[in-house]
Amino acid sequence: MFAPEHLISLLLLIPSAGVLLVGMLPGSRSHLLRGVSLAVVIATLICSLVITTYFDPSSGSMQLVQNSLWFNAGIFHVRYHVGVDGISLLLVLLTTLLMVLSILASWSITRELKLYLAFMLFLELGMLGVFVALDLILFYVFWEVMLIPMYFLIGMWGGEQRIYAAVKFFLYTMAGSLLMLAAVITLYFYNGGENFDLLEITARIGDGRIVLPPGVEYLLFLAFFIAFAIKVPLFPFHTWLPDAHVEAPTAGSVVLAGVLLKMGTYGLLRFCIPLFPAASIQLAPVISILALIGIVYGALVAMVQPDVKKLVAYSSVSHLGFVVLGIFALNFQSIQGALYQMINHGLSTGGLFLLVGMLYDRRHTRMISDFGGLAHATPRLAAFFMIVTLSSIGLPGLNGFVGEFLILQGTFLRSSTWAAIAASGMVLSAVYMLWMYQRVFLGEITHEPNRGLKDLNSRETLILLPLVILFVWMGIYSQSFLRLMDPSVENVLQRVEEFQDRLLPRYRVSGEYDGS
Amino acid sequence: MDLEYTTLLPEIILSLSGILLMMSAPMVDRERQHSLGYPALLGIGTAFAATVVQWGLSGEGFYGMVFQDSFSQLCKLLFLFSAAAITLSAMSYLEREKLLHGEFFALLSFATVGMCLMASSADLILTFLGLEILSVSTYILVAFREKDPKSTESALKYFILGAFSTAFLLYGIAFIYGATGTTRYTQVADFLSSASFYPLALALGLALIAVGFGFKAAVTPFHVWTPDVYEGAPLPIAMHLAVSSKAAALVALLRIFYQMLPDLSQQWEGMLSISAVLTMAVGNIAALTQTNIKRMLAYSSIAHAGYLLVGFCANNASGVQAMLFYLFAYALMNVGAFTVIQVMARDNERFLSISDFRGTARRHPYLSAALASFLVSLAGIPATAGFMGKLFMFAAAIESQHYTLVVIALLASAVGLYYYLRVIVLMYMWEPSDILEPAPVPLSAKIVIAIMIIGTFYLGIYPKPILDLASEAAIF
Repeated sequence: MFAPEHLISLLLLIPSAGVLLVGMLPGSRSHLLRGVSLAVVIATLICSLVITTYFDPSSGSMQLVQNSLWFNAGIFHVRYHVGVDGISLLLVLLTTLLMVLSILASWSITRELKLYLAFMLFLELGMLGVFVALDLILFYVFWEVMLIPMYFLIGMWGGEQRIYAAVKFFLYTMAGSLLMLAAVITLYFYNGGENFDLLEITARIGDGRIVLPPGVEYLLFLAFFIAFAIKVPLFPFHTWLPDAHVEAPTAGSVVLAGVLLKMGTYGLLRFCIPLFPAASIQLAPVISILALIGIVYGALVAMVQPDVKKLVAYSSVSHLGFVVLGIFALNFQSIQGALYQMINHGLSTGGLFLLVGMLYDRRHTRMISDFGGLAHATPRLAAFFMIVTLSSIGLPGLNGFVGEFLILQGTFLRSSTWAAIAASGMVLSAVYMLWMYQRVFLGEITHEPNRGLKDLNSRETLILLPLVILFVWMGIYSQSFLRLMDPSVENVLQRVEEFQDRLLPRYRVSGEYDGS
Repeated sequence: MDLEYTTLLPEIILSLSGILLMMSAPMVDRERQHSLGYPALLGIGTAFAATVVQWGLSGEGFYGMVFQDSFSQLCKLLFLFSAAAITLSAMSYLEREKLLHGEFFALLSFATVGMCLMASSADLILTFLGLEILSVSTYILVAFREKDPKSTESALKYFILGAFSTAFLLYGIAFIYGATGTTRYTQVADFLSSASFYPLALALGLALIAVGFGFKAAVTPFHVWTPDVYEGAPLPIAMHLAVSSKAAALVALLRIFYQMLPDLSQQWEGMLSISAVLTMAVGNIAALTQTNIKRMLAYSSIAHAGYLLVGFCANNASGVQAMLFYLFAYALMNVGAFTVIQVMARDNERFLSISDFRGTARRHPYLSAALASFLVSLAGIPATAGFMGKLFMFAAAIESQHYTLVVIALLASAVGLYYYLRVIVLMYMWEPSDILEPAPVPLSAKIVIAIMIIGTFYLGIYPKPILDLASEAAIF
């Protein structure tokens, strides 16, 4: 009965069953509800780890594929097609890990707990679905459906401005992706109305069986690109992000920053580039410039934020700019770096939001000026905060360095000016993060209420410990993660290769400058 | 050519049931009038069963006046399904509002007969008759809240404008007859395909017919009556107007344009695509500022008529299929939403302001979840029937390269998100404005809501069953 191919369906099934289970439990039994949800997310994590053991890192193609008919009616042929490659596997692992931490971090939620947990599990289902779906319609369904739980999580358990933030988040992301739907359908008809299968369409575009007229290709590329760029968010589509991140409850912010933003960059990597290689190559300079603006602008705005959470939110704009820059430098190192940085950002920004949440739980404020000298009162919290900060600013030896280095290396092969500007973003990130750290944790305690703050309890330490272990692991022995993604990144580049040879003769895909 | 009574079997059954209801109403206690809904349901159910049994049969009846084909049968199933749901939710409504007249059910059955005739008609005269049977019954039903001046006002408004539009339709039919010498669909089509030039009267006829049905379907620029009439009409009748009567008008128009005037498709495609754009724009934009939920749903129903016109303009089999699927999806979510609202509005329809939905999630967790699901489906978010409907609709339009229309439709639905979300925001993210006991939820409403919820999600996840029926029915 059981075959490894069913593992991915199982991965989707566990959170779905969790939603139903939580929905059926009585709302008053809060310990039971928490326990059940924790068990569900841990089971999902284990399932994703099992998937990793079945995964063959030497192959760049989709693995553990399950491809069966969803429905076939009228002119439509829609398939339930799921699978993972090195790119999606890492993001699946990131999702399942962060979900465990988020559920653990939600212990202080008491209001409408049942609904909250059901939405969290529903969110996990949606996010995992996005990363494993290989049919365009299936992907679109998960992509949109995931907005609903996030919308409720922000709107019901968020801060002061939660309703505004929730509606803005929803409308921005939904409006962006509606045009993608039109593009998906158009692509379907260019595929001869046969199917919505991503792999098949990609292959057909690659070998010229589907030829998109240049104008159409640009429009389709833009329809996909805008949907993803809003999610990333790429400057100038980023304005929803500070509101949503700041107003969301801690777990919501962790998931938003850790996973949701990656869905945008994942989309660029999985859909935009392989489906529209020519448009990607030609528009890469424009997109890279937007990414550079995002890097510097995000960092500068983060620097002047009086609110820690907002500071972390804007730092995401800057960091995700790096990722997009890496993706659109279109060479091996840069894409590898971008993918690595996606995971890094998920872990370190997730960690920062968790820590900010812990601060907020203690002091009920997030204003930097309300803190100061916390290292005296809460040494353990300060230590963890330091490690996460260092990871976020890319200290060598921790994970952030590897990703940023690869991105800069790859970008340098494209343009040394861009690399220089991007590097300034790294410097700025050190400035705002360390300055914030200094104002919050160092010096003397200036506000009386800060004196009696409790240090981290064991649950909170347990949440942060895995992150720290991963930071060090990913920083020192990055090969264990890079080897998972290498063949898949190679695969993406192969799609670009022939087009790139035609359009950008000066550079080889491998990134080596051939001097001509 | 023969009489072939059985081609109209469902209509005949339903008419008989209506007449019986009408006659038995005076013999039933005044307090128990609402229980006449049960025999009405029986009649509707029998007609439904008759349609199911006849599924797949095709032919003509009444000397060529009536088509029996899968298109008309699927439409009948839709109308009868909605009629049953409306009857069921009207039973508790009539009891609560003390509108104790069993004739309500008879009139609803007659209106349904009219709609079924419109779907199966093969002749403009019969289409007109069907429309009149529908309209006259509906005029009375709109005025059913006799003590509420708003209801009377809206009935009068509906009647005057309706009579006006009927005149347009009749005038249009006369022009078609004048130009071609017949009112039979197939004969007009034959005439046109062999005609060397099209007389001007034909164009006039086409336009006037579109006006007549455009009014019933609440399509811009003939939509102005909609919000006022919905607001004044009893809730089950607002449901009937929004769901069935609109569907009937569109279905009849579909049949006329696709079957009778395919040669003029360029003309009507252009005309309808302009109307589609206006309808979607007006519906979605005007809905943004509404403060009454009935009016909001009225504008939302206008917007949905616009999406349906997008499928209409596609002018291909996928378009017909998508429209039929969408009409089912639309019936599910709208009947569901109206039924929830009917329960939450309480007696005398007191709580209909959108702000009354503040914090209802606390008071009515299940009803609020249901309403939220219906609204999410109306907004067209995946995993609901509304999404699948839009997907098929837009796909059909893209298939015939109506890219601009689809992009406008997508932008319009983005606007639409806002007002659907607003209600969800109020229900879930606000504190209740007043402390009320939970409203009683009658069993019949529970049944209706449960069926609609299951349908909405079932079709959203696995649309094949209805889509298959629709593709069988897309015979043009």
